[in-house]
Amino acid sequence: MKRNRTESFRPLELLLLAAAFLATMILCVCVGSVGITPGETFRAIADAVAGKTAESVNSTIIIGVRLPRVLTVALCGAALSLCGAGMQGLLRNPLADGSTMGVSSGAALGALIALLTGFYLPGLPLAGPTVMAILFALGSLLLILGLVFALDHSLSTHSIILIGVIFSMFASALMSLLITFSHEKMKSLTFWTMGSFSGSTYRHALLMLGVLAVFGGILLGHARELNAFAVGEQNARNIGVNVKRVKITTLVCCSALIGTCVSIGGTIGFVGLVVPHICRMLSGPNHRRLLPASLAGGSIFLMLCDLAARTILSPVELPVGVLTSLIGSVFFVVIFYRTGKAR
Amino acid sequence: MLDIGHVTVRYGNFTAVDDVSFTLGEGMWLMLVGPNGAGKSTLIEAVSGGVSYDGEILYKGKDLRSLKPAQRAREIGILAQRNLPGYAFTVEEVVRLGRYARSPGFFSGADPEQEERVDSALELTGMTAFRHADMLTLSGGETQRTFLAQVFAQDPRVLILDEPANHLDLKYQQHIFSLIQQWLKEPGRAVLSVVHDLNLAMRFGTHAVLMDHGKSISKGAISEVMTPENLQQVYGMNVYEWMREMLSRWQE
Repeated sequence: MKRNRTESFRPLELLLLAAAFLATMILCVCVGSVGITPGETFRAIADAVAGKTAESVNSTIIIGVRLPRVLTVALCGAALSLCGAGMQGLLRNPLADGSTMGVSSGAALGALIALLTGFYLPGLPLAGPTVMAILFALGSLLLILGLVFALDHSLSTHSIILIGVIFSMFASALMSLLITFSHEKMKSLTFWTMGSFSGSTYRHALLMLGVLAVFGGILLGHARELNAFAVGEQNARNIGVNVKRVKITTLVCCSALIGTCVSIGGTIGFVGLVVPHICRMLSGPNHRRLLPASLAGGSIFLMLCDLAARTILSPVELPVGVLTSLIGSVFFVVIFYRTGKAR
Repeated sequence: MLDIGHVTVRYGNFTAVDDVSFTLGEGMWLMLVGPNGAGKSTLIEAVSGGVSYDGEILYKGKDLRSLKPAQRAREIGILAQRNLPGYAFTVEEVVRLGRYARSPGFFSGADPEQEERVDSALELTGMTAFRHADMLTLSGGETQRTFLAQVFAQDPRVLILDEPANHLDLKYQQHIFSLIQQWLKEPGRAVLSVVHDLNLAMRFGTHAVLMDHGKSISKGAISEVMTPENLQQVYGMNVYEWMREMLSRWQE
């Protein structure tokens, strides 16, 4: 009897994930303040690919506005969710996430400083805030984990959340302080800190794609090591995992991904908390499935949230970060109570 | 196979293991015995690389710290005292992790023996029926047997077991200890274990190191170490008398 013992997804399951992803994407490109039929959408995309200039207003909306935005949103959602899954595995803690640990706020502070001081790298308009956000994300992660470790060596849920929240408040306070003195930029900066993808361009999508391909790829390659950590760090060491190297690699990858997301869309909380949790319920805790599932799930989730954000109160647009935080905080309470009961 | 030389472990001002030396030779089942807080588990942590130590631990003459983690894990398998996965992994997934050191790194899967080893480890520990069970629903004994299966799947030369009898009912105590004894019969193998139950130590150990307050009080063949005088000194009670008195209740 030959049984299928693979721990990763089977081709059919991958196909389903891809189909769900594509369907969501088409939906999000078609729906908006101006309704556009799928047929028209495809025609516009085909024309653009063939190099023809846009003929109608609708194709300009699709090619110039919606498609770059939806692509950026999908990639950012995937990245945030992948980071959540990775950190939750590494720290053996289902509540770890860029937002609950204060990493997103730290990254946002970095990006804000870059925006205000006009820190730009020559020739690369996006690089300044992105690099600062990544550096601040990494710095925040190290600071938070260092503080937690000094408090209790087991890196328990409660300590991480507590320090994370406090750090988050600290970073937010500093941000508010900076924004207060920013005069004319105040409104746009405030909107950015709440998390929004309005005005995303292909350049944003390309940046996120590049970072995701490199650092997300590395994370996906560490599925077995993350499994070992999710079982327990001591066990990981005993079975021969290079514990220190995996920790550093994972934290650097997560910082790069979160930092890039924040520099593009501001702080979009709880995506990395909600999505991996749902994926874990559906496909189990094994990171060989959990990481790809979180990747697809994160993009679908954030695309839908972004769609809701720009259509619910149309023509007024909500910051998508507000929406994810609304959903996420309720979720957080549910997970917190459930894990509390399990112990 | 394993040479522990003047190993000292300090936590701040507290010395958990104080200048302990002994040798684990081929074919030996060495029992680390002593009361709570004697430093037995800390010593095992030192071998696993979990705490830093002074002194040296040599595996076949090589400093253990010079081996890569995966290299070390292919030679030395360690069963920790407390194991509880953070998430609902299946028994099979946890046992399969034992094969990690055989194909570590980025591009994995180059381990032709993997499934065979996992199957036989599950079989040996009586966990085949639980193969797809969720780890978080298992009893303490079943969890212990799963991690024992993981260490068997790892297929090391030296087995280091911290309280292997933990949570095991009598049937599985006998089963697992006989299994380890059987495993040890192959050449080139050795076992080091922490055991609280002195009966188990006497029954299965070939050698022993008696520890107290981080120091090794006595070491050598099991019968030389487990003398009434040594035990009296460490446990502060007449162990022999207590054991006989307990056993007498079983006589018809």
